[in-house]
Amino acid sequence: MKKLINHPEDVVRESLEGFSLAYADLVKVHFDPTFVYRADAPVSGKVALISGGGSGHEPMHTGYVGRGMLSAACPGAIFTSPTPDQMLEAARTVDGGQGVLFIVKNYSGDVMNFSMAADLARSEGLRALNILIDDDVAVKNSLYTQGRRGVGATVLAEKICGAAAERGYDLPRLADLCRRVNLNARSMGVALTSCTVPAVGHPTFDLAEDQIELGIGIHGEPGQRRAQLKPADEIAEFLTLSIIEDGPYQRTVSEWNEEKEEWQDLALESPPLKYGDSVLAFVNSMGGTPAIELPILYRKLAQVCEKKGLRIARTLMGPYITSLEMAGCSITLLKLDEELASLWDDPVKTPGLRWGI
Amino acid sequence: MINNRTIVAWLKLAARSMEENKGYLTDLDAAIGDADHGINMERGFKKALTLISPVEDRDIDAILKTTGMALIGSVGGAAGPLYGTFFLDAAKALSHLNELSNTDLVLLFESGLKGIQRVGKAKPGDKTMIDTLQPALEALRSAFAYGTDLIEALRWMVQAAKEGMESTIPMVAKKGRASYLGERSAGHQDPGATSTYLLIQCLLDAVESQS
Repeated sequence: MKKLINHPEDVVRESLEGFSLAYADLVKVHFDPTFVYRADAPVSGKVALISGGGSGHEPMHTGYVGRGMLSAACPGAIFTSPTPDQMLEAARTVDGGQGVLFIVKNYSGDVMNFSMAADLARSEGLRALNILIDDDVAVKNSLYTQGRRGVGATVLAEKICGAAAERGYDLPRLADLCRRVNLNARSMGVALTSCTVPAVGHPTFDLAEDQIELGIGIHGEPGQRRAQLKPADEIAEFLTLSIIEDGPYQRTVSEWNEEKEEWQDLALESPPLKYGDSVLAFVNSMGGTPAIELPILYRKLAQVCEKKGLRIARTLMGPYITSLEMAGCSITLLKLDEELASLWDDPVKTPGLRWGI
Repeated sequence: MINNRTIVAWLKLAARSMEENKGYLTDLDAAIGDADHGINMERGFKKALTLISPVEDRDIDAILKTTGMALIGSVGGAAGPLYGTFFLDAAKALSHLNELSNTDLVLLFESGLKGIQRVGKAKPGDKTMIDTLQPALEALRSAFAYGTDLIEALRWMVQAAKEGMESTIPMVAKKGRASYLGERSAGHQDPGATSTYLLIQCLLDAVESQS
């Protein structure tokens, strides 16, 4: 293992210490329990947006704390979901009187820890709702699995909902918006190499020089299947078509019902993309793929979208949701309407994403 | 008879077992998950040991509750809420007891299992810790019904737990991160089922070392 670290067990803490020093004007960090929060929190009169998850996906989530995006982020150990005490303390710190929306990626650990956190927050009189992100088309059905994983759409949901919270959307409206972003987003990823969790010391899986892993998530976990390495055009076409040709996706999620004061199962369906849709195209590096390769993928993505009648109205390209040093990429397409596009364009000022201010 | 000292001895042995098996559990997890189970379990039980030392002389439910809170607050992942709930729900079922009868011991595992099922929503055959815990509980129950003594009953339980753990090898995972692999998850032993087996083995060791 060759990494720029001091001790494997200190990686998350030391990284956060440096992070808060580097961006002291934007964020603060709290330890034990650990979370990063907006330097100007609590912002009164605004719903607070909190996300979190295992570390190792930087800049997500800590890099998205700031004006126009998250109020707080709760980082767990590397690839391990954070614990409820982190989210609870973050919620107490950033709640501006309008409640808290937890944006949760659909992994069993994250779902359980955030649900417990929301229950604890509500028991203290805070308003709290959870919305799940599950956009990974590599997972075909939700019947025999945990359901689709939360990947690229998470970044887009955090940006769009962050903007809406700044505009003054109330908690139920913000939850509806977040759900809508998720239902209209789809992602698919590929790995060229595995990655090494510092505390483990060796790569999570072995991948031969000429092999790729299709349908990976963001935790260095093995994907859907292996294939021979192919030129970028073929990989980009495969990923894009997997998204465009994905049919309606149904799943049942558990959401808190504020009126009945209980968790309720909700049947949701993601409609497929169709000819004539406007989309936001997001080409993401998994961490190890250099910036020069992403536009090569984007080039093919744009061609495929044109052929399929999709108009790319907005673009995001770079390492925004990573898996340590894994080489590879993911593509996310989000169907846009006027409201989503306009919220996307709103100013944002975070360590990881910044425009308009 | 199991008393609060036995429970503390159990948790100490569990912490040692998680430390010794950290690499083993993490390797099992690397095959079908995200390579953190051993690391998380070691961290969690280490934390539990620190937190239970001031309550070691209290009733069993206080020790179990402290353990559950420690695991929820330090393990992370799915294992934190699942094992944490196991101990919290067991504590709720056994309020103010200093010693556990055979029936109480069954109740401990029964309540813990129900808690895990409530939080994790997994069923037997989904390739999870339930595939170890459910047959282990059944073995304990039938051993007592058959009239065996505590140590013998726990040996039955450990044997059933081992078979349950091994039964996860051919299973296709339906819950947790391994479920994303579909058929590719078959052929690997489930890490959660394995750590559950280790915990049950530690309980037998604790009881044997005290008698």
